[in-house]
Amino acid sequence: MKNNKHILSILVDNQPGVLSRIAGLFSGRGYNIESLSVAQTAENSKLSRITLVTTGDEQIMEQIKKQLHKLINVITVNDLTDKKYVERELILIKVNARTDLRAEILRIVDIFRCRVVDVGPDHYTIEMSGDEGKMEAFVDLLRPMGIIETSRTGSIALPREQKKQK
Amino acid sequence: MKLKGAEILIKMIREQGVDTIFGYPGGAVIDIYDTLHKTPELRHILVRHEQGAVHAADAYARAKGSVGVALVTSGPGATNTVTGIASAYMDSVPVVVFTGQVPTALIGNDAFQEVDIVGITRSCTKHNYLVKDPLKLARTIKEAFFLATTGRPGPVLVDLPKDIMAAMIEFEDPGEIDLISYRPTYHPNKKQLGKVVRLIKQARRPVILTGGGVVLSKASQELTRLALMTRIPVTSTLMGLGTFPGSHPLWLGMLGMHGTYRANMAVSECDLMIAAGVRFDDRVTGRTDKFASKSKIIQIDIDPTSIHKNVEATCPIVGDCKNTLTLINQMLEKECLEISRAGMEGSVTEESGMEGSVTEKAGMERSATEEAGMEGSTTEEAGMEGSTTEEVCMEGPGMESGISCIQGNPGERDAWLDQIARWKAASPQRFEQGPDVIKPQFVVDTLHKLTCPVSDKRLSNGASDETSSKEGLAQGGDSAGRPQTIITTEVGQNQMWTAQYYLFDKPNHFITSGGLGAMGFGLPAAIGAKAACPEKLVVCVAGDGSIQMNSQELMTSIEAKLPVKIVILNNRYLGMVRQWQELFYDRRYASTNMEMSPDFVKLAQAYGAEGFRTDRVDEVESVLKKGLETPGTVIMEFIVEREECVYPMVPAGGAISEMLLV
Repeated sequence: MKNNKHILSILVDNQPGVLSRIAGLFSGRGYNIESLSVAQTAENSKLSRITLVTTGDEQIMEQIKKQLHKLINVITVNDLTDKKYVERELILIKVNARTDLRAEILRIVDIFRCRVVDVGPDHYTIEMSGDEGKMEAFVDLLRPMGIIETSRTGSIALPREQKKQK
Repeated sequence: MKLKGAEILIKMIREQGVDTIFGYPGGAVIDIYDTLHKTPELRHILVRHEQGAVHAADAYARAKGSVGVALVTSGPGATNTVTGIASAYMDSVPVVVFTGQVPTALIGNDAFQEVDIVGITRSCTKHNYLVKDPLKLARTIKEAFFLATTGRPGPVLVDLPKDIMAAMIEFEDPGEIDLISYRPTYHPNKKQLGKVVRLIKQARRPVILTGGGVVLSKASQELTRLALMTRIPVTSTLMGLGTFPGSHPLWLGMLGMHGTYRANMAVSECDLMIAAGVRFDDRVTGRTDKFASKSKIIQIDIDPTSIHKNVEATCPIVGDCKNTLTLINQMLEKECLEISRAGMEGSVTEESGMEGSVTEKAGMERSATEEAGMEGSTTEEAGMEGSTTEEVCMEGPGMESGISCIQGNPGERDAWLDQIARWKAASPQRFEQGPDVIKPQFVVDTLHKLTCPVSDKRLSNGASDETSSKEGLAQGGDSAGRPQTIITTEVGQNQMWTAQYYLFDKPNHFITSGGLGAMGFGLPAAIGAKAACPEKLVVCVAGDGSIQMNSQELMTSIEAKLPVKIVILNNRYLGMVRQWQELFYDRRYASTNMEMSPDFVKLAQAYGAEGFRTDRVDEVESVLKKGLETPGTVIMEFIVEREECVYPMVPAGGAISEMLLV
């Protein structure tokens, strides 16, 4: 069986210790967390949404989902992988921006439809969002200019709405 | 109404119908103890170590079939409970542990006796809480009991800061608990059940595997009924012992690493396994790819994570064992009725069949079992019938034809039971008691004879059976004038010999640390069981190693007037580890020699208990009788064969059909 990447969208009680229960479950049972992002949901302040990227074969994924669901504070576990979904990550990149490089950087920024959020004498800080592939392509293009530092969120995702049958 | 935090706690505990709690005081719980002091209706048993409190609460819950409560202080009091909590977690026992905590203002400051017990026990509790808001106190306690006792039960810990216990709080009844994120599935999917009936009818070599879930859901009668109705032999995990009568001819003995040859072979050769309330622990399955590899597996469990975890189930059913088995039985009965009705149109009026239950019919299927060559004396069975067959007997006209329809092809079933009888004959569960050195199995076997209402004639090793019919031993009693007996064990060889040679006929009467295998469990557990069932005889079977892990609880037993009988099988080794060293480590007995041990008789006396010891084969029975008849707590120490091993044995990771037989 193949170890595939899965994006889990987990709705949990917005309470202290919940993240620790989930992290503990993964470490205690030897599952892998590739990325994780958590925040209170806008629609209900009592709930938080955790988007978690993990890998495993079919049997492990089934266990992960069941074990998550077994946690008292977990309300729903939704595996988006087999569904249609939108996925985004956000990255902030501080890149070397000497005068001779600035034009080229701005061209790349333009192509990728992202923007410069901070400018200094010899740096740009660029904000970019997209899926993992886009992110990597972007970073690869900037790498020759000299990346100073980056900060990147994990994936967040939501399923696409089903088209209503008329 | 304003109540003190501690008063709310006690009130909520009492609402659960708990009459006894086990605990140990300390600075952080002093307010709670102050309130307890004024609440004589709630009995508090002072243990001598917090681990003992949780084990006792665990056994209390199991013996009573309800929930157990432990109360300890912060810091070391809390950390000492971890082993007990982990054991209850592995065995899915409903226990609520209340730990004291430093005042909320000091949490996180590394205060005196502060420990993050919620963090520590996160992975070994079903759920846990730290109460920070006094207004949530009552609800949290109620939720804790709700979670511990519903779904797949388990321990729940509630951490109670001292200031919250001391505060005056406006008490409001929390009402019914309903959690959107927690909805256990009690009722099975009906479609799957139809599949079960089909599989049972098609099966040629079926086996039932029963586990702790059947005990927890109180489904022993339903399980027994299913087995008798379909004439399917039954094996069990360690935790399931007693859910099917150990004296019944369809009983295969325990499965797994120290299971019987016939149980392990039957599972390896079966074509259908009905697994109820089991989680397929590695000690049961051995190599999973060889486990029941020729078989379809029906798995009934209330916890979805138990399904497809270790073993792939062909027909998984998420649901409560009792509900599920009841429905399966009903469907099978209906099937019988329909077929018999179709077969004998109008020959019998329906009413007569339905109203007056026709009890003889149950006997008929039984006699078929006997013919099939299953061992077992007829007297035993008579005893059995008395206890369970009122339940089991089927009603309705023309049952024989109906029976055969759910028992598969009669010829095939007979052949299967014959095969099992041949396995049994080839390698029965047995030991040889010579004249000189006591065999530990002999002690357990004799204990069984002395305390079990039905005489047992499995082994002819010289010990006479007449003892079992003699006058009852102290305290209360069943129809035979004897008290029912609850057996607790420590962990190791003593535990396995008890599981093998003490044939349990009822659930909730064998209490052992199964999943965690915590040495030191047996004595506090015996005390807890005695507190739950004061009318019963409680015996702890121990080894010389494990009894020392919590021997301080002797004092608890004496002080609380909860007399328990402790049988120490003393081989002056940590026997189970020694056995592995003998078999797999070239007899290098690293640190397993326990020749330096206390004088257990004197130890008993030091605590104010009685102590007896023997190393003579001919005194085993008399010492046991004397010990069991002596009022109060008694240690009976038997100096046994030093290098006796538990057999059969499946080496760890091996297939269960590849056993070391002797």
